[in-house]
Amino acid sequence: MIKNIMRLVVASAIAVFAAPIFADGHGCKISARVSIVGNEFPAIHAVADGAKVCKGSEVKANLTADHQKINVAGMSGNPAEYTSAIIANSSIVALMNNDVIRPLDDLVAKHGKGLKKNQLITINGKVMAIAFMANAQHLVYRSDILEKAGISAPKTYEEMLAGAKIIKDKGLMDYPLGGAYKAGWNLAQEFTNMYIGHGGEFFKSGSAEVSINNAKGVATLEMLKALSAYMNPDFLTHDSNATSAEWKAGNVAMMNMWGSRMGPLMDPEQSTPTVVKTTTLGDPMTVGGGSTPATTLWWDGWTVAKNISDAEAEATFIAMMNGINPKRLDDKMMPLAVWLIEGFKPGPANVGVAAAARMNAIPYPMLPYQGLLHSALGSEIVDFMQGKEDAATALADVEAAYTAAAKEKGFLN
Amino acid sequence: MKHKTFFWFFLPTASAMLLFIALPIFSIVIQSLFTPHDAVIIVTENCDPFGCKQETTIDQEATRDLRKSEPLGKFVGLEIYKDRGHLAVNEVKEIWIESNNFTEFKKNIGNLPFYRAMAFTLTFTFTVTPLMLVFGFIIALAVNSLHHNLKGLTIFFSLLPMIVSPLIGSLVLFWMIDSRGIIGEALQYVFEDPDLSLKASTGLTWVMLIVYGVWHAAPFSFVVFYAGLQTLPMDTIESAKIDGASRLQQVWYVVIPHLMPLITFVALMQLMDNFRVFEPIVGFSAEAHAQSLSWFIFNDLGGETRLLSSAATSSVLTIIGVSILLFPVLIRTWRDFNEKSAK
Repeated sequence: MIKNIMRLVVASAIAVFAAPIFADGHGCKISARVSIVGNEFPAIHAVADGAKVCKGSEVKANLTADHQKINVAGMSGNPAEYTSAIIANSSIVALMNNDVIRPLDDLVAKHGKGLKKNQLITINGKVMAIAFMANAQHLVYRSDILEKAGISAPKTYEEMLAGAKIIKDKGLMDYPLGGAYKAGWNLAQEFTNMYIGHGGEFFKSGSAEVSINNAKGVATLEMLKALSAYMNPDFLTHDSNATSAEWKAGNVAMMNMWGSRMGPLMDPEQSTPTVVKTTTLGDPMTVGGGSTPATTLWWDGWTVAKNISDAEAEATFIAMMNGINPKRLDDKMMPLAVWLIEGFKPGPANVGVAAAARMNAIPYPMLPYQGLLHSALGSEIVDFMQGKEDAATALADVEAAYTAAAKEKGFLN
Repeated sequence: MKHKTFFWFFLPTASAMLLFIALPIFSIVIQSLFTPHDAVIIVTENCDPFGCKQETTIDQEATRDLRKSEPLGKFVGLEIYKDRGHLAVNEVKEIWIESNNFTEFKKNIGNLPFYRAMAFTLTFTFTVTPLMLVFGFIIALAVNSLHHNLKGLTIFFSLLPMIVSPLIGSLVLFWMIDSRGIIGEALQYVFEDPDLSLKASTGLTWVMLIVYGVWHAAPFSFVVFYAGLQTLPMDTIESAKIDGASRLQQVWYVVIPHLMPLITFVALMQLMDNFRVFEPIVGFSAEAHAQSLSWFIFNDLGGETRLLSSAATSSVLTIIGVSILLFPVLIRTWRDFNEKSAK
């Protein structure tokens, strides 16, 4: 008994004293080069900075919004330029399709202490990536405008539409709704959300054959168009950045937006005082009487390249583990994201993503051909949004464009 | 020049052209004839932070050997050229059969990406090129008649649109014509229409891109024509004056014929440049309304899709398009050249 207590005391003493030392990186020693490629936003910077603390060899990081254009090429060579790519559930597919990342099971067993089971991204029984943060789109609204209009926060997209009409009719705002509806990736993402909310399936089960030209697809498009009628007429050019800018300028009362964008909206240094004070986060909305929220869950994680030596792979794993070390979750790093790391405490900017997970939102599909469909959606539903063709024609166009691309890629014959 | 001397003189140029022009073209032609191997798809159990489920992935082991033995991929001939993303042969046939009249045919053809892009690209090319020639010429004449103390400064300011990199220039204008930007608001005020948005209408987006195209390219023709004006034969101008030619007649009968070779040169360059219109589409986020072959190539290469064969095919189609455009001008130059050497 006494022995056990002594052991506990010694162990906690070691933990207490080791913690700051470990955080400084003295505990992180690597013996081969580490080179990271990834997207560019504060949470990713924090992880890369943690990896750079490691001593013993060089740690480089190339963080850019164009990471998806360079990661496959940069990992295809032998040896690969990048030893690790930071990716999300959609972009790991390109790395898998091109066979440039390695299974991590042995490294997890050796160095993966402290990883939670849900951080291990397992494909076909092998761990292929380590997730460190979650993201999702959800409702955000201006409490003051909704109060003036006499409405409560919408739980469904139908309520959102009704609320927008009241706000507009009362003359509180010309374009009460916002949204990242830029033609291309963003618009396709909104379609994906809404289609999932309607309970739609993108493909015929177990095949690469697309099936979105159905009643649910039409309902999805009609809803997107109805919402866009309450948006700034330039909505087809507004991505998340432009939509955030509209929000910060106080021009929007309600929108469906990424959890990772909430921090800046509520930051007094970047936004106007009234907006900061009244920006309120809500749950993701449902649509068409469904119970699945019309949003998708996302994770961000890191991978290790295949075409590098085992020593480099091990060094990369150790360095990246240091990047997501729970001891690094200080006041600065904590509010940057919904971390999947042990010890994360959600703050006021994170409640939306937490709600999405609680409501059993569906993760964005990790299918080899989902990206092709996303791309086809992004360009072919634009005509419908502009009122140039009807919903069924637009969906038929999407299917035709997808099929041509899927044939080229060898997914369909 | 002796043939031997000419050969050695021309060799460096020829090898550079072979290496940097002929080889890449050869390479994209080859790539446009092949596609990736058929993917072997398996259903596996995948797990992420949100749970485990059955999902489809590619069986890498199964495709690896195939890739190794035939690294170029699967030979498909002209299939990619004929698919919906490019010439859409079957779709066009179907539309031709199903359409009752030409208007309907035109509308349905506009639904196919390649023809939609062509409609914009050709409109852009054939409005921007003549307009920039005219504006460049007028600016050159105006600057040439200025007092020489003022010339330097005026030339500098006239060249500014060309100095600004196209992407930056279009981004600046993009924010100015935003419905909350200075030009956007001004237009709403002038036309008394608070909902007027340049970015939301296809027609106005095209006008905006064309105006930008002229604004950006006019300095190029200006600077070439201005240089040409410095070589004007003053004797001819003076004799024209003595003969009682008005200023307009001098320009029409003396200046323009003198500058004709330069006009051909600028037109040639601009036809090529405008056919490859790309930066303004990206800068103005105009892809919802206007697309070009270059934009397709960019779109195919980026993101998660990587349609490499499709990008190669679009590149070959761009080269063919440019050749067709330049053909009349090249023929003309060839004829002029022959006439001159015959004399």
